Amino acid sequence: MRVTVQQPNSFRTGPDERGHFGIYGGRFVAETLMPLILALEKAYGEAKADPQFQKEMDAYLATYVGRPSPLYFAERLTAHCGGAKIYFKREELNHTGAHKVNNVLGQIMLAKRMGKTRIIAETGAGMHGVATATLCAKFGLPCIVYMGAIDVERQKPNVLRMKILGAEVRAVESGSRTLKDAMNEALRDWVTNVADTFYCIGTVAGPHPYPAMVRDFQCVIGRETRDQMQATEGRLPDSLIACIGGGSNAMGLFHPFLDERAIEIYGVEAAGHGLKSGKHAASVAGGKPGVLHGNRTYLLMNGDGQIDEAHSISAGLDYPGIGPEHAWLKDMGRVTFLSATDDEAVAAFQLCSKLEGIIPALEPAHALAKVLELAPQKPRGHLMVVNLSGRGDKDLDSVARYLERRS
Amino acid sequence: MTTRIDKRFADLKHEGRAALVTFTMAGDPDYDTSLAIAKALPKAGADVIELGMPFTDPMADGPAIQAAGVRALKGGQDMKKTLSLVREFRKGDDATPIVLMGYYNPVYIYGVEKFLTSAKTAGVDGLIVVDLPPEEDEELCVPALRAGLNFIRLATPTTDDERLPAVLNNTSGFVYYVSITGITGAAAPDTGKVVGAVERIKRHTQLPVAVGFGVKSASHAQAIAEGSDGVVVGSALVDALRTTLDSNGKATGTTVKAVTDLVASLAAGVRAARKMTAE
Repeated sequence: MRVTVQQPNSFRTGPDERGHFGIYGGRFVAETLMPLILALEKAYGEAKADPQFQKEMDAYLATYVGRPSPLYFAERLTAHCGGAKIYFKREELNHTGAHKVNNVLGQIMLAKRMGKTRIIAETGAGMHGVATATLCAKFGLPCIVYMGAIDVERQKPNVLRMKILGAEVRAVESGSRTLKDAMNEALRDWVTNVADTFYCIGTVAGPHPYPAMVRDFQCVIGRETRDQMQATEGRLPDSLIACIGGGSNAMGLFHPFLDERAIEIYGVEAAGHGLKSGKHAASVAGGKPGVLHGNRTYLLMNGDGQIDEAHSISAGLDYPGIGPEHAWLKDMGRVTFLSATDDEAVAAFQLCSKLEGIIPALEPAHALAKVLELAPQKPRGHLMVVNLSGRGDKDLDSVARYLERRS
Repeated sequence: MTTRIDKRFADLKHEGRAALVTFTMAGDPDYDTSLAIAKALPKAGADVIELGMPFTDPMADGPAIQAAGVRALKGGQDMKKTLSLVREFRKGDDATPIVLMGYYNPVYIYGVEKFLTSAKTAGVDGLIVVDLPPEEDEELCVPALRAGLNFIRLATPTTDDERLPAVLNNTSGFVYYVSITGITGAAAPDTGKVVGAVERIKRHTQLPVAVGFGVKSASHAQAIAEGSDGVVVGSALVDALRTTLDSNGKATGTTVKAVTDLVASLAAGVRAARKMTAE
């Protein structure tokens, strides 16, 4: 039976005042944190309405982050695919090498504005940790980054970067020792250090207002893409594609285009060893709605509501959930969810490096893997934008080890 | 609606002493041992029994209770077994209140209405769900009250006078005052501050106020009991259990006794307390 979904007038009005996107989102946190979250919501609302805040942020985005990031025509990849014209949104060229910095800049400026003196963050691949450590260095704030012990091991260069930037990296040994456990531990820190601490969440997840706030800070990606595509091609793109772990790079690209309904939008989850293997991180394809880390969303779990461990070669996608707004956009049918396996991502990683001279992070390599499937099916005039959300230097060890195992 | 919780606190008030509220994890380290512990608790001096519903991601819990949850899940505990544990307990004890405590996802996945019906039938009296603040009352709190279960809310040092009424609204059974900002089992609370906080909460409610997080010893329990209506002990009990396990994490002959001995000592502390405030 096909369920007809009532389409809203606009996909861009959420969340409601209680932080809900349809049934998703919300504020599922311990009472200790509730007053902090309400204070954050209020402070963010005020900052958002303050032109001075926006102006300062724009200035740092230009001179410190290096925005706008280029929209680049990937000519050889386009020729290889023989269909759509493929553009890369070059978020990997940002300071710190990923899109993460867009959000962190906003949150750290907000933390300063709120008089907070201590910053904590969770990180998976380490890119959010590096961005947070970077801005804490710039603004002179102490920074503690929680990182799963397994991720500390597989993302050593980023651990070193964070330490050089003056951050303290705390390896998390509980649970599955990856991103979800780092988030648990950061929440435990926050609940303990409520007076002075600001929790800088790295993705469009967590309790309201985080999913909306992080989205707003990342929307610079999509806004620039609109302008740049207009300037280059004289029109908007026909399709957008991005990888999704929590989904902040994807939401940043997608959100400004959600109401142009002719534009196809694809989110790519990590299928790890394959969806049927049980070892993957595709919460939409393999999960169902549940409640974790402050919000209701699609989660990987067993029949008893116990959260499953996610598996992906990419530490940044190795999370058993997804941002609540993505969950809603999935149910609404506005975003099409696909998934790419470890094998497909590594193949795309290699191909992109060789054809374009750009070594992508393993995270956007998942999006590139699906570009390789979708682009050939499209006519030559079709304009496809992929979010190249991070650079691959951090992944060289992981890829080398992977290729060794395969040979 | 009067639950076993309401009756127990009323009786103790009449006796002029505070309640000892114990927390142990259902299924830790296995179903049978945790049932044996639950059955032995009232005799050892527990007035109210909190049973943890294990969850993979206990965001408000410290290392001791995290580890207890891991042991329980490893031992095959799930929601069905937790409810059946309560049913078994009730066969021999119809007076001691039982509160299930945990996180929302396992309840949500079990199905809210189905869970409430099963819990009520099994003999559960109240619920504490850590990640459901008043802002999410429609999820479980309101349906639980409708089903005749107490919904016990946590109040914390960050819950100021402005927010307290919202937290107390829809709270029933008792108010659980979390004496520190932090996770379970962390630093011991300052008794003077705790007493002041309890008095502050009592200005807003007629409900009994029990105090928890960080209570470890009999003398500490006694001090807290002097300024409150109940003392909650969890991490210390779960830790006492852990020290008796063999190298494979299995229960041994001393497991149940280690818990009941500590409960007996805490109960003596609570009973030795003089009520500071005559009511």
